[in-house]
Order: sequence, then structure tokens, then C-alpha cells
Amino acid sequence: MATIELKDVRKTYGTNIEAIKGVSLDIQDGEMIVLVGPSGCGKSTLLRMVAGLESITGGDVTIAGRRVNNLEPSERDIAMVFQNYALYPHMTVRQNLAYGLKNRNTPKDEIDRRITEAARALEIEQFLERKPRQLSGGQRQRVAMGRAIVRKPAAFLFDEPLSNLDAKLRVQMRVEIRRLQRSLETTSIYVTHDQMEAMTLADRLVVLNAGRIEQVGTPIELYEKPATTFVATFIGSPSMNLIKPTGGPNTNWPSDTATVGIRPEDLVIADTSSAGGFRVKVQVMAVELVGAESYVHGMTEDGGTIVFRVPGRSVIAIGETLELTALPDRFHLFDADGRRLSP
Amino acid sequence: MQSTVFPNKILPYFLVAPQIVLTVVFFFWPASQALYQSAMREDPFGLQSTFVGLANFTTILSDANYLHALRVTVVFSVATALLSMGIALLLATAADLVVRGKGFYRTMMIIPYAVAPAVAGMLWLFMFNPAMGTFAYILRRNGIAWDPLLNGDQAMALVVVAAAWKQISYNFLFFVAGLQAIPKSLLEAASIDGARGSRRFWTIVFPLLAPTTFFLLVVNTVYAFFDTFGIIHSVTGGGPAKATETLVYKVYNDGFVNLNLGSSAAQSVILMVIVIALTAFQFRFVERRVHYA
Repeated sequence: MATIELKDVRKTYGTNIEAIKGVSLDIQDGEMIVLVGPSGCGKSTLLRMVAGLESITGGDVTIAGRRVNNLEPSERDIAMVFQNYALYPHMTVRQNLAYGLKNRNTPKDEIDRRITEAARALEIEQFLERKPRQLSGGQRQRVAMGRAIVRKPAAFLFDEPLSNLDAKLRVQMRVEIRRLQRSLETTSIYVTHDQMEAMTLADRLVVLNAGRIEQVGTPIELYEKPATTFVATFIGSPSMNLIKPTGGPNTNWPSDTATVGIRPEDLVIADTSSAGGFRVKVQVMAVELVGAESYVHGMTEDGGTIVFRVPGRSVIAIGETLELTALPDRFHLFDADGRRLSP
Repeated sequence: MQSTVFPNKILPYFLVAPQIVLTVVFFFWPASQALYQSAMREDPFGLQSTFVGLANFTTILSDANYLHALRVTVVFSVATALLSMGIALLLATAADLVVRGKGFYRTMMIIPYAVAPAVAGMLWLFMFNPAMGTFAYILRRNGIAWDPLLNGDQAMALVVVAAAWKQISYNFLFFVAGLQAIPKSLLEAASIDGARGSRRFWTIVFPLLAPTTFFLLVVNTVYAFFDTFGIIHSVTGGGPAKATETLVYKVYNDGFVNLNLGSSAAQSVILMVIVIALTAFQFRFVERRVHYA
């Protein structure tokens, strides 16, 4: 149970390679924060700085009101779940879970009690005497979670914990992590490059780009009001279409609009009879059927690409030319620097 | 394994011939000679030999000198293996902490391995020779009665140190590789779990190095048993009073110096059995060592 504050946190490698360029963030008690961004954006580095596995070049990291910049990882009262699980291969599951507690001189009956408790919550009771190599990926992931839980730390740090699992298991574990985090109410920072994982897990999302925070907000806020073109294209799948403002009549966009964003699901094929509003002509290049819906990839007249969603199975043929339109309140307008113009 | 079928019937035999010839000339022939000799007794003038069955074996196995050499070999091997592996592990963990000049440091560490055993022995002999050795002088000035020419324990210590020193590089290389094979995230997880320094080493690093350690233990034992003749020959010559006479050294001494060919051959047959056992042991346990997922 703790808050975590980052104040203008910086990380510099060597003399001039800045990996983190001043990140400030207040994390509430019990909150699940997801750091998301493309690879190399610094999200893992930032997490490792909170964990104490990377030194902090500038700024302050505070956990539960205590400045932890110069504390060892073990003194920060955090637990971390690693991408490759990082289970100790020579120890049984029980020993893996007990290791952190033993090092802290927890009484033996207390260790046993906590292991039983965590094993029950994660349904790994029957594996306690096995070695990690005898477990499947999903089971190892559970043990890794268990190792974090038994410690009852102030915060959980997750470093892409699901990326080694297959798609089905990933969804299952995602739900489980969320459920556990909710029931334990432990402040958590979760790093992922998967925007789907980010959207579903986060209380608040932090989108990082090149060592800077692009936007912080709830998943819905970020989805509906992306602050920059980067966030706009990063959140949502398929990503938002960005086109030049070549609107027809009845589009009263501000004059400094440099880019217009429209989500694939907001585009509809224009009714030939309906006049006015935004129109864009596309030639269909490809149709992707994903099951309940289809995504149509098209090319605009100026060579840009546009993706839009068609419910059900599309009857659109490749090579066909279509005219698309969208409701007036569905546009995201950005200026020349890629910043959102109100609203 | 992919099997290739040669259309030519004779070519394959030509291709493996060099290896076969080498094995026959340098292993099967001498080994069979040793077996033959071990069942024979040579007369003192080398004019005739008589078949004596296993008499040579029963003689050496009840010979106090032979059992003494066996004891010396065990002490020497265990001490050499432990000393060289211990120091190598210490240096390897230290090398892990080196940030600048890692490559240079490692390269320097490997050099002793390139030194021939006899030369290594001479280096240590010169340093600790009671008559002219610098270290011998320093030891004696500090009140230690250092004289490996008279004191058997000191002689043993000297050959152990010389033999271990030469093997440190080899062990160092394997330990460095073993340490690098330990995933970094495991060490990070351990540091978050509150284990640092020696605790982390003994609970995480050392158990994970176990396959490497086990492999090196076998290799070092074989080395100490069989490849240290040059060192012992140049440093102590097996003395004083057979205090450093290992089994291999005794084979040489009995056979080539004392010309007791039957006994020497029987001893080398026993050594051969030990080598085969160690090799089988290594193949059985070390080659199939534990793989961590």
C-alpha cells in the first residue's frame, strides 16, 4: 500500500545519451499504472529505475513517501515480475517463493502461511514441490507472480510479464493479473509494448515516446482524446488514420489544422445521396477478414493509406473505388507539431 | 545425425585411415604391450621373460610403497583441483566485476596455460628453491624453516601450488563462461529478493555453476593424476623420500629408472583402468549435464 512519485526523473548513459528525459508521474495508492510505448522508448528503463536495477541520473523517485534513489532494490519494498520469469532453476517452487522471505528473516511458520495463501490464490498448490523446468510457461508465470505476492510489498513492478506466453494464455493471465491486483490493492507499475494489454489492464495509461511522457490518462481518455498524433496512432488497433485536411464543405476545421485523425471504426461508406460533410475517395487495396468484422485497406488520391472497418464479412472487392465519410464529432484535429487542437 | 552414403566403397576407409592408424600406433599397440608386459617377469639382464600371470598385480597392490604413492596421488589431486578451482572461481567472479579492460584482464589470465608443465615447475622451483629462491629467502627470513628438499609436506605444497597455478587459467575460462551463462535477470531477482554479496553467491550463483564445477572437478582430477609428471619431475623428482611420488611418477621411476618392467607395466594398466573409469564417469554425468530452462 503506497504511492509512488517520480519527479523529473532522468537517465543518461555515458555523457550524452539520454534514455529518460525528465519524467514526472504521481501514482496513487492501489493504482495500476501501465507504461506503454514502442521498443526503445525507455519504459523498461524507467521501471528498472524504480526497482533500483538502474541508477537514477537525475530527479527523485519516492515510494511511500520515502526517497529511494540511493536505496538497494531489496530496501525499496517492491517486488518485480520479469519477462523471462527469472525463477531460480535449482530451487523448487516452494523454495522460490520462500527465498525472498528467508532473506528477510521472516519466521518459518509465517513463510509457510504466506506460501499456502499465495499458492491457493494462484492455483499452484500442486506444483509447490516441483522445479521450474517441470512447469509450463503459464505455470511459471504464476510462480513468478507468487514470488511477488508472498512478499506483500508496497508495489508490484511488471516488466512485460506476458510476452513469452501464447496468445490465448496471455489473455487469460491478463485477466488474472487484473483480478489479483484489484483484490490485493497493491500499487502496480506494468510495462508492456502491447497496447491491447495496456488498455485492458490500466487504471491509468502512460504513453512513453523517446524517453518522454506523451500522455497520461485513463484508457478511454487516451482513446477518445489522444493528446498527440503519436498517442493517436499508438493506441487502438488498427491504428488511427491520419490524413491531410482536405475536407469538403461543412467542415469547419480551424485553420491551423495540419493533420486530421479518424479511427477505422468511425469511417463509413458514404451514401451517394447524402450531400456535404467530409468526403474522401479511396481505392481498395486489400481486405482483411478478422471474423466479426473486416478491415479494408485503401489508398487515397494523394497516395496516403486509409484503413476502415466494415462489420461482418465485407463484400467489397479489391480495386473498387469508394467514398468514405464520418460524423463531424469523430475527427481528431492536430496542429503542425502533432498536438491536439481542442476539444 | 545425418548419415551420408558414399558411392565409392574404398574411399571412406581411406578417409578414416589416418585416425585409425594414429589410435592403433599410439594407443592400442602400447596398451597391448603394457597388458602383455604386466603379466611377464623380466630377468635382471633383460635376456628372457617369464609368464607370471597376475603376480605383478598382487605384488604392487600389497606393496606399501605403491599404496603410499596412491595416497600421495589422492592428496595431490584433491589439493591441486580444489586450490586451482577455488582461485579460478575467485578470479572469475572478480573478472565479472571488472568494467574497464575486461578483455585485457582475461587474456592475461590465460597466459599460464600456455606454459609447458616442466617450465612451470622450473619457475616455481626457482622461486622457492632453498638455495637460490627469492621467496624461499623471504620465508626463511620470516622465521619459517622452508626446505622442500628435506620436508615432505613442504615439497608437496610446492608441487601442488605449481600444478594448480598452471591449471587456474583453464578453470578461469570455464568459470567465466559459466558465470556469463547465468541470466542477468536471475541475479536481479535475487537482489530484489534481498540477497547480496556472499549470500547471493552461495544461494544462487554457486548452485547454478554446479554443472561447470562438476565438469572442472573431473578434468582437474584427470589433470592432476596424469598431466603433472613434468612438474613433479622438475620440482622434486618425487622426493624427498617419495613424499611427492604420484602413481604416474612411480610408473616412470620403476620402469625407466629401476627397470622393473613387469611391475611398471602392471601399474600403468591400473592407471589405464582409472582413466577409462574417469572418462566413462565424465561421459555419463558431465556430458549430459543439467540444462536449465
